[in-house]
Amino acid sequence: MLNFIVRRIIFAIITLLAVSAVVFAIFSLLPFDPAALTCGQRCTDQIIEGNRIKLGFDKPIYIQYWLFLTGIFLGRSYGEGAAAFTCPAPSFGYSFNENECVTDLLTEALPVTVNLALGALIIWLVVGVSLGVIAARFRGRWADTTSSVFVLLGTSLPTFVTGLALLIWVTIKWKLVPLSVIGYTPFLENPVKFLQFFILPWITLAIAYAALYTRFTRAAVLEILGEDYIRTARAKGVKERAVLLKHTMRAVFAPIITLAGLDFAGLIGGAIITETIFNLPGLGRLTLRSVTEFDLSIVLATTILAASVVIIMNLIVDMLYAVLDPRVRV
Amino acid sequence: MSQILTVNDLHVAFPTDDGLVRAVDGVSLTLSQGETIAIVGESGSGKTVTGLSVMGLHKKGATQISGSVLLKDGDSTVDIVTASDEEVRQLRGRAVAMIFQDPMSSLHPYYRIGNQLAEGYLVHNPGQKKQAHTRAIEMLDLVGIAEPAQRADEYPHQFSGGMRQRVMIAMALMNSPQVLIADEPTTALDVTVQAQILILLKSIQKEFNMGILLITHDLGVVAQVADKVSVMYAGRVIEQGTADDVFYKPKAPYTLGLLKSVPRISTHGSARLKAIPGQPPSMINLPTGCAFAPRCEYTSDAPGDICATDRPALLGTDSMHLSRCHVAEPTRDNLFVKELKEVRS
Repeated sequence: MLNFIVRRIIFAIITLLAVSAVVFAIFSLLPFDPAALTCGQRCTDQIIEGNRIKLGFDKPIYIQYWLFLTGIFLGRSYGEGAAAFTCPAPSFGYSFNENECVTDLLTEALPVTVNLALGALIIWLVVGVSLGVIAARFRGRWADTTSSVFVLLGTSLPTFVTGLALLIWVTIKWKLVPLSVIGYTPFLENPVKFLQFFILPWITLAIAYAALYTRFTRAAVLEILGEDYIRTARAKGVKERAVLLKHTMRAVFAPIITLAGLDFAGLIGGAIITETIFNLPGLGRLTLRSVTEFDLSIVLATTILAASVVIIMNLIVDMLYAVLDPRVRV
Repeated sequence: MSQILTVNDLHVAFPTDDGLVRAVDGVSLTLSQGETIAIVGESGSGKTVTGLSVMGLHKKGATQISGSVLLKDGDSTVDIVTASDEEVRQLRGRAVAMIFQDPMSSLHPYYRIGNQLAEGYLVHNPGQKKQAHTRAIEMLDLVGIAEPAQRADEYPHQFSGGMRQRVMIAMALMNSPQVLIADEPTTALDVTVQAQILILLKSIQKEFNMGILLITHDLGVVAQVADKVSVMYAGRVIEQGTADDVFYKPKAPYTLGLLKSVPRISTHGSARLKAIPGQPPSMINLPTGCAFAPRCEYTSDAPGDICATDRPALLGTDSMHLSRCHVAEPTRDNLFVKELKEVRS
């Protein structure tokens, strides 16, 4: 097991290096001058050249990449003399548009996105898995038909439709939830405000995913119910309820957890639409803004962050799978 | 020997989009303590469906069942066909147990062997966790698994095929059932292991004084362990009698065909296997006459032949040896014994 983890971590580091190198290369090939983007409308050549040297854009691309990498571990200083400033380790660079170290921007945005994804994950797992089990249990009856209508709606309605609909009706017409301009409040500071802030984005994301999970769970339950070992359980005299909730669900959970881990990782990097609709200051919106503003340092950082989350979740899912399925255990 | 299971005129049919599949069409049999009845037949002849009916494992809505399956449970007798789901569930695994064809897939891959065995006991004796685990280890020991206490903590994938079938047998024995249904218990196993499992079943039968309903298509297995044999074809019992009678004095042309098609090592290399020509009939559109008539070499092709128009009844001069055939019994007796001799010489 330890051997397996070490191997996977080494593999993860190589992957991350490759991802960051590719993103770096793409941005250096784009036909614009990164230094020119660092100041506003009243820009002089002098300021641009100053910033170019300050941010290291004057150096060859591989040196820039090296400086970026070492910055992550050692921190990085920009400029000289009185105007000098430092982004302490782990430093992902400095954004001139925001006038902030990228790491600070990330630490502001990350909790919002993690809370968004985590809450949505819990809702869609509970709703999706229960609906799937109910649909499979009452296959062909009204509960199954109703759930398939939900599946169809959930998978075909894009999040910008469900999100906007929720926003218009729940917030603006019915005024059940205040507009999210109240801003992000950590759960421990004010749980009510936290819930008001997140409830609609959670539901928006959860609807889409719950539909997928309902379909997946229903299919998995029906498949497992046809297995020989389920017949064995019935032959032992096990109650039908335990056949479904214990024997069947035990086998259904392993693939669901795999799926959930990867979907969760995907959301950390890209809940862009939901974050934009509800004006959540998360990673998705930060990425979107920095892409439109050609803010290389932020895009680079969020891309690497998203890639790391995917890789780490993969590792966690693999280890969980080994716990859940004795056949995989080493 | 007292009777513990009586199946009377059992009919099982499954409605499908193509029509009603009559999987079992009027099967009757009587099983006593310590007795082994083999149900023989090819795939789709209704033998497994008969076994599952005794277990009450058919889905109520998706199956049409009539007739009766009377199972003795202590002093009372329960009819599995008419009893409630809950009544039948309480009998399953306690009064009647079943082992299945494929031990590879019949054990839950995620649970420890010991827990899977113990569950069978706990279902019928709630709360007695300690006894259940002791019993599980005892039963593992009884079916010949070395170091049962350690192995109880292992998972199914750590067992070989033969060992898993032993585990399945141990699981069936958890509540000392009176009736054991063994559905092709050796089909998925190596030949050497097959013999071990049969010997094990025999010795356990003696110890528990169980009646065994052995479902198989393997005539070699039947010869080794069965007291009585029911040969099934297209959902009906086409011949039934003692194992010796059926093996040495077959009365149904189908049984004869089966016996003739058994490969023999003594046959010279040039001799071809004598397979029964044709295919079993569709269970949705059974022939109006004898179901075996289209494949039978003793029927005449003349129009209006009785084999094509009338179903033969299960009859016999000896009440212990019955068969379904329109050909006169003395004629068959002479013909079949001679033919069998030719093949076996």
